[in-house]
Amino acid sequence: MFDGIKKIFGGSSEPAPKTEKKAEAAPKTPKSAPAEKSKAASSKPRIGYIHLSGCTGDAMSLTENYDILSTVLTDMVDIVYGQTLVDKWIHGTFAEEMPEMDLCLIEGSVCLQDEHSVHELLEARKKSGLIAAFGSCAITGCFTTFARGGQQAQPKHESFLPISSLVKVDVALPGCPVAPEMIAKTVVALCEGDLDYLKPAMDWAACDQGCGCDVLTNVIRQGLCTGCGTCALACPTRAMGFSEGRPSCDRDRCIKCGSCYMMCPRSWLPEGRIKKETGL
Amino acid sequence: MPLGTYKEAVSARSTEKRIQDVSQDGGIVSALLCYALDEGIIEGAVVAGTPDKNWRPVPTVVTSADEVIEAAGTKYSMSPTLSALKEATRQYGLEKVGVVTTPCQTQGLRKAQAYPFSRFVADKIKLIVGIYCMENFPMASLDTFATAKLGFDDLTDASKMDIGKGKFWLTKDGEDKGLAIKETHGYEQAGCNICNDYVAEWADVSTGSVGSPDGWSTVLTRTDAGSDVFSKAVDAGLIETKPMDDVKPGLPLLEKLAKGKKDKNKKERERRAKMGVKIPTIY
Repeated sequence: MFDGIKKIFGGSSEPAPKTEKKAEAAPKTPKSAPAEKSKAASSKPRIGYIHLSGCTGDAMSLTENYDILSTVLTDMVDIVYGQTLVDKWIHGTFAEEMPEMDLCLIEGSVCLQDEHSVHELLEARKKSGLIAAFGSCAITGCFTTFARGGQQAQPKHESFLPISSLVKVDVALPGCPVAPEMIAKTVVALCEGDLDYLKPAMDWAACDQGCGCDVLTNVIRQGLCTGCGTCALACPTRAMGFSEGRPSCDRDRCIKCGSCYMMCPRSWLPEGRIKKETGL
Repeated sequence: MPLGTYKEAVSARSTEKRIQDVSQDGGIVSALLCYALDEGIIEGAVVAGTPDKNWRPVPTVVTSADEVIEAAGTKYSMSPTLSALKEATRQYGLEKVGVVTTPCQTQGLRKAQAYPFSRFVADKIKLIVGIYCMENFPMASLDTFATAKLGFDDLTDASKMDIGKGKFWLTKDGEDKGLAIKETHGYEQAGCNICNDYVAEWADVSTGSVGSPDGWSTVLTRTDAGSDVFSKAVDAGLIETKPMDDVKPGLPLLEKLAKGKKDKNKKERERRAKMGVKIPTIY
């Protein structure tokens, strides 16, 4: 089901966003699977869910898709790894090996001083065809950016990095948390191999920072802002106010999730998709 | 097609006296919102109001015909209208929301529907009424038009503001003073210079004065939702219509202006791209 997408990620002619050496996906064993697949259980994409340093908001958003969740879990995907979802973890008393995955969703930033997190993330990159930074903590660090250590129960835990600092990320879904509807549409697009829909999230994979200042530096300062208000609609902490028709970010409230710039119609505009959905 | 996809184009106006008294042109936006509120098609709407009557637009949530009429009339400065969608859906708890949008706001809204990064907002948008828009002005530009160019003591002395017949108009004590549109060039916000949409091509229904006689508006119905609410409001007698072919100057003028904006701003996009500064990525 994900073959087309994997091909794109594997054989993209686009310049790699990062030049540093990153842990890359293990070379995929060439699959001779035909394009038309049966609905056999074995052909379902194998999904993993890893929870690093975050608040579980993204997982909760995922489960808010009550109406499609049972279908997704029963008929469309196999969850093969995840501490919460399927009680599988590579650490602890009943540690087991991480299975091969087609897609691994990673929630939360990675704490450099947490050996379990670092190990689990690096292992996931080896075992999974695709890595999705799921939610803003994984993409930009979001509010964990402000951690400084010195807290209980682990005073040494102070460096919380975007996961792209350690591994190559293939898809990024921002949000604090990711909106349930966005998750649903992405799941559908993944299962249908709708690359057009996923392209913005794929292009966002290289992103490792976000801030309310993005609309200042990348939109207002570029002479692109029209003062429409979409950024303020996107902001989950209401950090975005307006002054003289321009967004003005209260940086004490900004959690660096990157939603404002992601939502701005002047950062990118999905013309094709809008026309398709509205028939206009 | 310079006017985007549409089902029907007609010239129309509100039949209600109290809307006609305050409306910019045909009062179509107010009539549609009032009808949609009455019929429960929407529970409220997000619009650009001017609560301080100083021409400064403020995004406003309206939930009654009185509030719609209170907010009627065009404002020629920026209103971050979409920001108030949060208020409408969260504080007001509205499940069915209408929005009055300029073309750029329509784009923001449609993007938010196509990629709903903001949870539980996009699915509550039930009606998008788009308004024609060539460009928008910072408040300081409007101040300049009023004081330096038209000799007013203050912008707030103006009782009406309008753009039409090639001029920017301010009314004081019943007297209209006009400023050639050419004189306003260079005072619009820079973001408008790369906009390729004059007639809110992605709205459910779009309207504006251009193409129709004084006191009437040109209406383009686009989606089923827009066409449905408009035709029902007409059937209910709240809006009267005339075929576009029967009115002057008619659709050719609207098409000419829409195409003119596209052509001019396409050049500006290309100019900026050539300089290497940012322009929006189109997917």
